[in-house]
Amino acid sequence: MSSVAVKKGLGASVWEYLTTVDHKKIAHLYLGTGGFFFLLGGIEALFIRIQLMKPNNNFVSEQLFNEIMTMHGTTMIFLAAMPILFAFMNAVVPIQIGARDVAFPFLNALGFWLFFFGGVFLNLSWFLGGAPDAGWTSYASLSLRSEGHGIDFYTLGLQISGFGTLISGINFLATIINMRAPGMSFMRMPLFTWTTFIASALILLAFPPLTIGVFLLMFDRLFGSNFFDVTMGGNTIIWEHFFWIFGHPEVYILVLPAFGIFSEIIPTFSRKRLFGYSSMVFATVLIGFLGFMVWAHHMFTTGLGNVANAIFAIATMAIAVPTGIKIFNWLLTMWGGSIKITVPMLYALGFIPSFVIGGVTGVMQAVAPLDYQLHDTYFIVAHFHYVIIGGVVFGILAATHFYWPKMFGTKLSEKMGYVTFTLFFIGFHCTFFIQHFLGLMGMPRRVATFLPGQGLELGNLISSIGAILMAVAVIILLFNVVITSIRNKKVGADPWEDGRTMEWAIASPPPFYNFKQTPLVRGLDTWWLEKMEGKKELTPAEPLGDIHMPNNSIIPFFISLGLFVAAFGAMYNPLNSVGDGKSWGLPVLIIGLGITFGSMLIRSLRDDFGYHIHKEDLLEDDKGGKVG
Amino acid sequence: MKFGRLSFLFLLLTLVLAGCGEPFLSTLKPAGEVAETQLTLLFISTSIMVLVILVVVIIYLIVLFRFRRKKGEENKIPKQVEGSHKLEIIWTVIPILLLLSLSVPTIAATFKLGDVKDMDKVDKDGNREALVVNVRANLYWWEFEYPDLGIITSQDLVVPTDEKVYFNLKASDVKHSFWVPAAGGKMDTNTDNENKFYLVFDKEKADEAGNLFYGKCAELCGPSHAYMDFKVKAVSRDEFNQWATAMQKNKEEVQPTSDLAKQGQEVFQANNCIACHAVTANDARPETARTAPNLADFGNRTRVAGILEYNEENLKAWIQNPEKFKPGNQMYKEANLSEEELDALAEYLMGLKVQE
Amino acid sequence: MNAEERYTPLNWPDHPETQTLEGKNKFLGFWLFLAGETVLFASLFATYLALKDSVPDSSHPLAKDLFNLPLVFAMTMILLTSSITSVYAIYHMRNYHFKKMQAWFVITVLLGAGFLALEIYEFTHYVHEYHFTFGSSAFSSAYYTLVGTHGAHVTFGLCWIIALLVRNAKRGLNLYNAPKYYVASLYWHFIDVVWVFIFTVVYLIGKVG
Repeated sequence: MSSVAVKKGLGASVWEYLTTVDHKKIAHLYLGTGGFFFLLGGIEALFIRIQLMKPNNNFVSEQLFNEIMTMHGTTMIFLAAMPILFAFMNAVVPIQIGARDVAFPFLNALGFWLFFFGGVFLNLSWFLGGAPDAGWTSYASLSLRSEGHGIDFYTLGLQISGFGTLISGINFLATIINMRAPGMSFMRMPLFTWTTFIASALILLAFPPLTIGVFLLMFDRLFGSNFFDVTMGGNTIIWEHFFWIFGHPEVYILVLPAFGIFSEIIPTFSRKRLFGYSSMVFATVLIGFLGFMVWAHHMFTTGLGNVANAIFAIATMAIAVPTGIKIFNWLLTMWGGSIKITVPMLYALGFIPSFVIGGVTGVMQAVAPLDYQLHDTYFIVAHFHYVIIGGVVFGILAATHFYWPKMFGTKLSEKMGYVTFTLFFIGFHCTFFIQHFLGLMGMPRRVATFLPGQGLELGNLISSIGAILMAVAVIILLFNVVITSIRNKKVGADPWEDGRTMEWAIASPPPFYNFKQTPLVRGLDTWWLEKMEGKKELTPAEPLGDIHMPNNSIIPFFISLGLFVAAFGAMYNPLNSVGDGKSWGLPVLIIGLGITFGSMLIRSLRDDFGYHIHKEDLLEDDKGGKVG
Repeated sequence: MKFGRLSFLFLLLTLVLAGCGEPFLSTLKPAGEVAETQLTLLFISTSIMVLVILVVVIIYLIVLFRFRRKKGEENKIPKQVEGSHKLEIIWTVIPILLLLSLSVPTIAATFKLGDVKDMDKVDKDGNREALVVNVRANLYWWEFEYPDLGIITSQDLVVPTDEKVYFNLKASDVKHSFWVPAAGGKMDTNTDNENKFYLVFDKEKADEAGNLFYGKCAELCGPSHAYMDFKVKAVSRDEFNQWATAMQKNKEEVQPTSDLAKQGQEVFQANNCIACHAVTANDARPETARTAPNLADFGNRTRVAGILEYNEENLKAWIQNPEKFKPGNQMYKEANLSEEELDALAEYLMGLKVQE
Repeated sequence: MNAEERYTPLNWPDHPETQTLEGKNKFLGFWLFLAGETVLFASLFATYLALKDSVPDSSHPLAKDLFNLPLVFAMTMILLTSSITSVYAIYHMRNYHFKKMQAWFVITVLLGAGFLALEIYEFTHYVHEYHFTFGSSAFSSAYYTLVGTHGAHVTFGLCWIIALLVRNAKRGLNLYNAPKYYVASLYWHFIDVVWVFIFTVVYLIGKVG
């Protein structure tokens, strides 16, 4: 069954996206859904800043504030940043390594739909009794006590989404290890592929502890276990350990792909190869490795003892070294280059100082006794927003502009892009720089309001004004997307003119099979190499032949839907701690699991050999006829 | 360039705001050796980091000004440089050295600030030398027990200046965190174990801050997390001893003098407030029974419910409708007392003083 | 190599599971998955060790009061044997002896089912004799979650192998389903190794340590 792209109606397009296993279309799905959640998280942020604009404000109630604050963090990290990064990994990495798709296209789709249904489930909490309200970290004693089902939406929703992430992590690892084109050794891989590789390894090893921690919380709340009930022998600190053993690598899962994106953008718009490629690879691996050694720096005030605090303090400081190596290599890439300040490059230029500020406050927080003052204050909030926005969000915005042509065949307006960047950059610093001082002046974090007469009024007001600027910037970006889509002006394969890696050698967007002939990789920055030798195309590694492609399938959708249904059953089961168990709880749980496992069984019982595109049709394509 | 102008503004802001904040609340105005140590660490680490930022910014600005693509150079391909071993070594070794120098004060301070072994030192009579306070965090109030003195109070922590005050910290319901920013960093109050640390309150700084430091809960604990402030009265040793003695003498309830106050006492008892709230400082009940703030010396409290200005109107409003001020509090949502009963109660409670 | 080609024991490749790209991917992908599962079980072990014997009061049974070593030893022998039988099955798979492979997998399933039956008996014994339920204490929650998750993995593995046996009964062996058998047997070995750790950390240390 080939997915032939003849003139399609809306229904056919919807079905195509529901059943696609094509990494490029899955990228669209991730970008759109992740983008939607980014807007949702942004609105939640705006509400936070409006509430905190003045002391004793009552824009939202305290309970609602806790829900908004929790959902802001949870949505932004799990439902916006990670999925959008997955969008770019999907769109770009297979092509960067010269492959036709990922190792497991079916699982790729499954990963998306699990994320989708997990995210939807979590956000249904708003309509079904209230969102989770214990922070995105959901510490065990508070989250056990939380009334209503908010926390249950958190545990169940994140569990479903988390499976998706785990599956995608394995997928990219296998893809990068097994499916590189001939000639592409590990040390010829583009940096974005390297960072995807390491981030995927982090996902594989960091998500299971979260899975277990969340299961323990889920079991305590829904099935009567006692992991965190101190009166029954439980221990709440176990949650903290599990959460942060996951949570710290998680921030590197977020930032490494962003680093990878900048490692593509900076050389492209400096017309110069990445300075210190081997060091950059080494630094990436080291950051990934060290990322697992530092989790208790989130627990300096928990009472682990002087020895533990000292060890984790030093380990945390160590991560600054490979990160610094990267910053200097990026700067030296630009040094001696021919810099063109396009919108992606603008974000890269904004990223360097912003991320460095965030990084150095991180080193300051690593000084454990200093952290006794800084922990759980607005200083921490300032720090992580500096690294997440300065690093990850700038990376995402940069990649949106940079890869838009490759994903959609059009190019976002540079002019509007400049406006978005400027407003966003100013708003970002306006909001978060002052927060360092608010924390130092005694303002704890996660406060629904602050009291007058404590010196906190001016800082909070300034901080809130910045949020409005960022909101306007995002609206302009949305406008940019809409206008670009309406104008629909097509661009060529290498619209930035200086593309270095293989994705810029094929059409924008690429044909669904990516490469007619698997390319031969003759060196690092493969496309640049070919261009410098005057070639107009990549060197093929094989003769033209039939191409084997995977079939579409609706089954990933149903596997995920089953878990979504099961989650409701689990939440309302008669044993739950909220006390509103229903008689249909257990049956619905079983039916949901039945849909999931049944779908898996259907998939396994059938043979699915995919289909072949015939050589003759590819030649047709060459002559301008449509094959797909 | 955009960033240049912005960075200058930030630098200015930094200078202006350093040493900013209120003396009773800001970590930038340390009021004791613990906070001072921590501020010193802030300055050391900031200085080292500013050095790093400076180097980055200088290279960054040079790059931005020298290497932009010029008109007429549209087709120029710059020299493709693979890297530099020398530079890699330099920018690996120097940061390592900087971090090593930072790690020395870090480890030293970790062990110094975490040294609580003197907490259990006893004199020749077997009495504990140091002052120890058992802090119990609850939703949304703080209990302070002085085990060696046999007194319990709440919301207002009274401490002597110029000596180490040790704390045993725990929580009775959910995780909270005990933080007096001007005096030093925080320590979590867990439900699972007891944490220990100490703070010191400097006499001069205390005088500057009006002898009242603000304490905060620093761990999200529910809707009223932001309202879980407590206060620290830092007074001279003599004043502290005077207060402690008065509290110790407060074995039986201070009998109300005026009629209105007597009426208030009756309202207090009729509504069974005594079931949760002790009114004497030597509450012998076990922890699990002490489910509400101890009201001994309530007449000398600095705030109502930890956050409201201390006056009769606020006290009455709090008693009538605590949910309005601290949503989710464990007292009750609303009382149904008449205006008369509230007046009497307020008179009674504000008359609970162990000393003037 | 066409996945549906006809083979004889002579021209059948030595390692059929990695002859196709799909096979190679499944092989690698599954080892990666097992790495994640290892961390998963490590987390459960850590939880168990942290909460071992953590009970609200002395009326609750502790590890040394509960565990029945002879029964657990029998379970261990059965599971270890089932792992060996799966090795025989793969040996036959590699030698293109479809029926023998199926037979040894059937024996593996029977042994696995035997293990499960004994485990269910063990759990009901704890519940009835000691009132040691999932919600009794933190210790019991940790025990049942660790050992129960392992049991759930065994159950899933049995369903998996049965599904393979059923689905391929008429199809026979080919390069498309060889990786499926291989990966299933890898999984089976993995849960066997996990059981060895459970036997040691939970039961042996529980009784002795």
